[in-house]
Amino acid sequence: MYTQALNTAEADDRGLEDAARAAQFQARIDAEERIEPNDWMPAAYRKTLTRQISQHAHSEIVGMLPEGNWITRAPTLRRKAALLAKVQDECGHGLYLYAAAETLGTSREELVDAMLAGKAKYSSIFNYPTLTWADIGTIGWLVDGAAIMNQIPLCRCSYGPYARAMIRVCKEESFHQRQGYEIMLTLCRGSDEQKAMAQDALNRWWWPVLMMFGPPDATSQHSDTSTKWKIKRFSNDELRQKFVDATVPQAQYLGLTIPDPGMTQDADGHWRYSEIDWTEFKQVLAGNGPCNRDRMAARRKAHEEGTWVREAAAAYAAKRAHRQTAQAAE
Amino acid sequence: MPVANIQVSETPMVLYTLRRADDALILGHRLSEWCGHAPMLEEDMALSNIALDLIGQARELYTYAAAVEGKDNDEDKLAYLRDVRQYRNLLLVEQPNGDFAQTLVRQFFYSAFADLYWRAMMTSRDATLAAIAAKSEKESAYHLRHASEWIIRLGDGTDESHVRAQTAIDHLWAFTGEMFAVDDGECALIHAGIAIDPGTLRGRWLTTLSDVISEATLELPQNDWMQQGGRAGRHSEHLGHLLSELQSMQRTFPGLTW
Repeated sequence: MYTQALNTAEADDRGLEDAARAAQFQARIDAEERIEPNDWMPAAYRKTLTRQISQHAHSEIVGMLPEGNWITRAPTLRRKAALLAKVQDECGHGLYLYAAAETLGTSREELVDAMLAGKAKYSSIFNYPTLTWADIGTIGWLVDGAAIMNQIPLCRCSYGPYARAMIRVCKEESFHQRQGYEIMLTLCRGSDEQKAMAQDALNRWWWPVLMMFGPPDATSQHSDTSTKWKIKRFSNDELRQKFVDATVPQAQYLGLTIPDPGMTQDADGHWRYSEIDWTEFKQVLAGNGPCNRDRMAARRKAHEEGTWVREAAAAYAAKRAHRQTAQAAE
Repeated sequence: MPVANIQVSETPMVLYTLRRADDALILGHRLSEWCGHAPMLEEDMALSNIALDLIGQARELYTYAAAVEGKDNDEDKLAYLRDVRQYRNLLLVEQPNGDFAQTLVRQFFYSAFADLYWRAMMTSRDATLAAIAAKSEKESAYHLRHASEWIIRLGDGTDESHVRAQTAIDHLWAFTGEMFAVDDGECALIHAGIAIDPGTLRGRWLTTLSDVISEATLELPQNDWMQQGGRAGRHSEHLGHLLSELQSMQRTFPGLTW
């Protein structure tokens, strides 16, 4: 989901690891044991997880921007408080996930620097703009809905700190999803203008949300190792299909039309969607989505303008430590 | 088309409650502008948290103001359908965020007052205001601690942070006097034991400021000219822009349920 550009070519490094330890490690994974920070692990496992967890963290932080765009314009005080609390939750997820990634030995600063330098990815979905209030409902309903679909299996991920982080994150995401759906329900029960706003948002977000699950299985190169290590338990297409099957009845209840005229329901009850425009997906990943430049610019601006504050905090902490040491020596 | 401003019957009690509600909403809104853009994630969280507390206080106070007024206004009409001349907040809270130092100094000046104010208001003869005060006092105490710690860090941090903090203090100082001013309507409420006299808090407020500011190696300004007008709807130019953003949905799509 939030790690759709994951590249695990480093998995080949495994050959360099001690074979016996690797076998023992795999046996623990197969026995559904959790791997903890101080346990031995193959270098490629560490690298894959560091990348996945940090990409997930970056996504939470960049994901604050499209929704944050509406905090100051939320239509009622109740909506304003709920949206602010929601975006604050996303920030908390980011912090929590950076902490989980740090247990693998890379500092938050290094991870953030990689993101700001454009070397680390975040989810493609956050490169689309929030143009109307209905986008806030749609993001909660669909983007958080898709995130939950992906993250529920991650609660059983083999790496303990990540799995535990996901349990808490999923609880909050579930609340966000219901909150988003409730915004949509209110719009769809409202005026014609509000309903049109809801439909327009669904039209714009539907396909980018399906892309969140990553490339189709036929072209996905990295699932094998992640599956073997029990980081990933379902394929991209499996999760995407689960999401579509869960979402279509929700859209019907709202009275909204999924913007896919070719969609059909097969005999098993699955909703079969039309071909996804993977060219658009690749363009967004390559930095050419509608908001890639804005998102990166906003994160870099916050980071750069905050430099003097972080420096001040560090300088004060150092002075204070120095004074305490001096006092203790007296 | 029902886009016009609402009219509020500003009896002393309605006006008194509305003024505190406007303080909380406008400051909460300002802090919420930082969400996603703060110097560190911990401060994204903290500033959003404080904003949420303040917006929560505003909602309770608006709801109470509407109940006291007894017409068909409610929290959203009071927040979204009054224009700049009808807003009653302190000039201090509408000042732009500026840099992080300006935001934190603004918060420090306000929270140092709010902490004392809400604690004193817990003894109000008005049961609703006393209950809101009991909740707000706990929140304000935390806001003050957060702001104080930052004033000290910035003042006693680097040369740059020291200059920025002192500049913010000098810039915002003239907006602090309004917190202690009362008009005739408020005097009557003070007399009735519903409101407290903010003038009685000024000594302790100054002590809090002096303690923190001297630990921060900063200085309080000597000038005593104080800018006023917010309580009577004479605002700075900044508030109109804030309201045009805050109210844009209700003004564009009047009378709908969201």
